[in-house]
Amino acid sequence: MAEFIAYLIAGIATGAIYALAAIGFTLVWQTSQTINFAQGEFVMLPAVLVLLAIKLFGAPIWLGALIGIAAFILIFGVGFKVAVVDPMIRHGVLPLAIATMALSIIMKEGAKDGFSAEAQNFPSFVPTQTISVFGASISLQHIAIIVVAFAVIGLLQWFVGGTRLGRQMQATAQNPTVARILGIPVERMVLLTFVINAALAVVASVLISPIYLAKFSNGEVIGLFAFIAAIVGGFNQVRGALVGGLVVGIVDSMAAAYISSSYRLAVPLVLLVVIILLKPEGLMGRKEERRV
Amino acid sequence: MTAPATEGSLPQQRGRLARVPSLAAFADGILITLMLGAVILWFAPAGMGRYGTYVLSLWLVTSIAVMGLNLTLGYAGLKSLAQAAFMGLGAYATALLTTKVGLNWYTSFALSGLLTFAVGLVLGFPALRVKAHYLAFVTLAFSTLIWLILRNEQWLTGGVFGLSNIPRPSLFGLKLDGALAFHRFVVIVTLILAVALWWMIRSPWGRAFTALRENPIRAASLGIDTRMYTLLAFAIGSAYAGFAGALYAPLVEFIDPSPFSLSQSFFLLLMVVAGGAGYLLGPFIGALLGVVLPEWLRVVGSLYLIIFATIVMLLLIACPQGVSGLLERGWAKLTGKGKIGKTVAGKSVAPNTGGRS
Repeated sequence: MAEFIAYLIAGIATGAIYALAAIGFTLVWQTSQTINFAQGEFVMLPAVLVLLAIKLFGAPIWLGALIGIAAFILIFGVGFKVAVVDPMIRHGVLPLAIATMALSIIMKEGAKDGFSAEAQNFPSFVPTQTISVFGASISLQHIAIIVVAFAVIGLLQWFVGGTRLGRQMQATAQNPTVARILGIPVERMVLLTFVINAALAVVASVLISPIYLAKFSNGEVIGLFAFIAAIVGGFNQVRGALVGGLVVGIVDSMAAAYISSSYRLAVPLVLLVVIILLKPEGLMGRKEERRV
Repeated sequence: MTAPATEGSLPQQRGRLARVPSLAAFADGILITLMLGAVILWFAPAGMGRYGTYVLSLWLVTSIAVMGLNLTLGYAGLKSLAQAAFMGLGAYATALLTTKVGLNWYTSFALSGLLTFAVGLVLGFPALRVKAHYLAFVTLAFSTLIWLILRNEQWLTGGVFGLSNIPRPSLFGLKLDGALAFHRFVVIVTLILAVALWWMIRSPWGRAFTALRENPIRAASLGIDTRMYTLLAFAIGSAYAGFAGALYAPLVEFIDPSPFSLSQSFFLLLMVVAGGAGYLLGPFIGALLGVVLPEWLRVVGSLYLIIFATIVMLLLIACPQGVSGLLERGWAKLTGKGKIGKTVAGKSVAPNTGGRS
């Protein structure tokens, strides 16, 4: 039982990370039809940039973090929208999706060649201790991940539902044409979702990197789990992405513990096929009518 | 893929009647190019040495995998992110069947194709039941799974140490162990597979397929079973990857999991786009850029992948039809049919790349 609780907490923690990535992915998909295949690399890169800033400028950790994070949000929030999505979207959804694949290769190889091919330690902002709860030893880092991730997701929910700006963004996501008629600056709202996506990726990156270490290839696994989380939750639901992330995280943790740790990556495939066969619209999704 | 308009025909008249002969003329041009290319490649390795010959063969083998993916992506508009994994499946199947089971290469080749075709059907069926872009995620996860199996099941695949001493086939009692002899064998197989694809695209089946790409809803209302056709396209595309793998294994004579990773699948997809998705000859251009060019640009080393990806992104912005599209534009300008050529290109390609996936 104690063991089970420990695995459950670990699963919720990694699930919260997948949820952060999946929510950003879903937001960007909703407002701009961009299927971002580089989403995993978006979570991998901020940590690498922070370490790079520390290494290059000899800056203290807080300054390095500031430079790295600012650079990331500027390049992969605003820059991604302006330089990749805008010129590409007129050709349609498929070229854009392929462009994000090219982007993922550039980010991955760039991190490998420009930074390091080896995994690097990333400073943790909480002590790497474990505490004992009901006999289960639980890592403080996992607790911190859960607290921070849920706080961020809560903040996002409040922003989207409770503020004027957030509601404008939601309107843009649901129906850009009507939003434009109502005088909402649609372009700016779309840009805002890209910035939020980059910010969520930063949070996920800073939370997960002390555990997984900063490595160029981390994005593959995180991306895969984030996509699956988005689909499991219901492809265009922010709430669904949260639920999907948690489900995927917990199932992954349990499978690694009780089935086979070397085949934990098979879990998403199984989960995906099961969802597609049984509930294709996702756990939280509604049946979607396709318009011609 | 539509042919430039036949001389003198008004745009309005280029309906069903005028279109078929012009398409046939264009396709014959493709067939002639394929034959000529095969003859050139038959003699090309003269004076190139063992390694140069190997690179040429590798180019053709990669082209086969890219051809298959072109059918999936360029003609059916489906994103498959497991082409390298399917190639790995074919390569390992052939390696195991020839070394451990003792079958000859031809049987192994056929079985590899059959296996990847069947796996394609099994993977594609649930995914295409829902939405076309779900296939991307199913194949993404499948890629990871294949990678895991290749690496973990040491008793079968040799794990990271791979499988070695994969024999090369013989033809009519002739041993094909030499680099040149095997290269020529690869040329023949590539030609057969390319012509088969050319024939498929031209057959009624392929026509239904083009209809599907140009206007899926119209195709469906004409009674074309769109799900069956897209599924078949994906399965055949995957089978081509299996064929490519079956040639790859004896070509390099040693296989390990690394050339079949997810990154490689992405890379193959970028080759399709670089060469021109939906163009029969596009895959050869794409594979040339992806496989042969880095050999010439040895100095840039591992940066090549970044350069290649950047080029593809720029191509996607400037000309989503890839190098084939650029060539077509250039040709249209040269022959003074710039205007017509452009509208034709725009008409044929826009639904292909712009369709909701």
